[in-house]
Amino acid sequence: MSDLRDLYQQLVLDHGRHPRNKRVIHECNDGAECRHTEGYNPLCGDKLTLYAKARDGVIEDLSFEGEGCAIFTASTSMLTEVLKGRKVEEIRGILDEFIEMLTSGEKTPDPEGLGKLAVFGGVKDFPTRVKCATLPWRALEVILESVDGKGQPDQPIRTE
Amino acid sequence: MKESLETAAPVSGTTSPWRGDFPVFAVTENGKPLVYLDSAASAQKPHQVLDAVRHFEAFEYANIHRGVYKLSETATARYGGARAAVRRFLNASDDREIVFVRGTTEAVNLVARSFARPRLAPGDEILITHLEHHSNIVPWQLLCAETGAELKVAPIDDRGVVDLEAFAGLLGPRTKFAAFAHVSNALGTVNPVREMTRLAHAQGVPVLVDGAQAVAHMPVDVQEIGCDFYAFSGHKLYGPSGIGALYGKLEHFEAMPPYQGGGDMIRSVSFSGTTFAPAPQKFEAGTPNIGGAVGLGAAIEYVEAIGWEAIESHQRALQEHGEQVLASITGLRLIGTAPERVSLFSYVLEGVHPHDIGTFLAADNIAVRSGHHCAQPVMERFGVPATTRASLGIYNTRGDLDALAAGLQRVKEFFAA
Repeated sequence: MSDLRDLYQQLVLDHGRHPRNKRVIHECNDGAECRHTEGYNPLCGDKLTLYAKARDGVIEDLSFEGEGCAIFTASTSMLTEVLKGRKVEEIRGILDEFIEMLTSGEKTPDPEGLGKLAVFGGVKDFPTRVKCATLPWRALEVILESVDGKGQPDQPIRTE
Repeated sequence: MKESLETAAPVSGTTSPWRGDFPVFAVTENGKPLVYLDSAASAQKPHQVLDAVRHFEAFEYANIHRGVYKLSETATARYGGARAAVRRFLNASDDREIVFVRGTTEAVNLVARSFARPRLAPGDEILITHLEHHSNIVPWQLLCAETGAELKVAPIDDRGVVDLEAFAGLLGPRTKFAAFAHVSNALGTVNPVREMTRLAHAQGVPVLVDGAQAVAHMPVDVQEIGCDFYAFSGHKLYGPSGIGALYGKLEHFEAMPPYQGGGDMIRSVSFSGTTFAPAPQKFEAGTPNIGGAVGLGAAIEYVEAIGWEAIESHQRALQEHGEQVLASITGLRLIGTAPERVSLFSYVLEGVHPHDIGTFLAADNIAVRSGHHCAQPVMERFGVPATTRASLGIYNTRGDLDALAAGLQRVKEFFAA
């Protein structure tokens, strides 16, 4: 119970209750590439639209709309906060490391480069909740694949 | 860990005289006793069922039918005995009206495929209600997509009660089949299935009742209901999973084509054609879940030995207590407040997502279910993404509900802090 409380303490008290960048990025007409993708976790009903604005290999802006549990909300909020303004290549690395941390069999207590995102490593102790934490990251994966003039992704993603 | 049967008060709900029958409650997690509140998803099994299955599998097992040796004769007799137990349990009039299936889901699919499909033409209609489990929605949607028939849905009100007038109004000359739950798994609502069947029959519409959530809570009499088909699963009735039963009127079973082809369901096979065995074998292709059927039979005998009066009285006491303790939690909203309900509580807590509630309660070894309960249309109807559900069985006590309430209080305080 104390592990659980610690985990939630770190996640919920801040990002879960006061999510950052919870807004829509409307179509851009300034030469940047604007993308959005939908994510859905049918198991618990987490629903997400993740928005990104990319220009010259940099994700200038990231935001989201959606409702879900505290782990999902915190993960999404922190994703937007930490990754905003970073290069696509750099984001790919963080994304891989984050997914690896939550889905690999091995315990990775303090993965390099994840910084404060490493707190989500604790979610691994609650296997049914891993999908809540990874949903926005799976959506981000789709978005990253769609930038560089490849156009708006049309498939919503689901974690089940 | 076992509670003493001698000290138990049978009907108050303070203790459960049957809790000691269920070995699972002897197991603790980090020193915390199990508070099992997920019987609507699957019930725990008493040693009477576990022992019966083990004894059968160990000492009486062989494949059924046709074996001329003793073991096969015994196994065949046990399997037949289980069928007779189901027949008695549902008060069907003939063993041939009972088909063993994997569970309610397979039963609904069987009826959809073998009974409804040949009767459907484009523009025909199938009527269900808004409170159905996905297993009583999706098979009909698949059928509609194939045949051009249309799925009609009778609405429910804010309490989770089916609007009978609307239900009756949706039954028309194009309606070829009606399917509805006896008890809602997401709301606990008990549907007036006898009246609904009467309304459907008045329009010449055959009826399937999904009894998955009803059979552990009340006696079922298919002749009294008058339905054409009634389906349930063993694992909601303290029996094994992977086994269930479909009741169907004999005249229907005799007229219906088989559901699946294979061994055990034929009379004779040649390459020029095959004749099928009579019901129920016609619908039981392949070697069935023999041990599961024996376990289901044992579960039925277990419930019958306790008696409905004692079960209903215990469950009613728990339901009243549950309503009281949950009402004491501010910010808790019950989803599903039908006057006729079983002991099942579906709720949302202001400011806390159901999945967070579930995870917190799990840390106290309290097992509830969070999610849409395979009833997404119900969630949409009430404007919630999910609920947390506590559903009770005969082994539950008032103490379980007090533990739930205390756990919810702690969750609330944590998230409000």
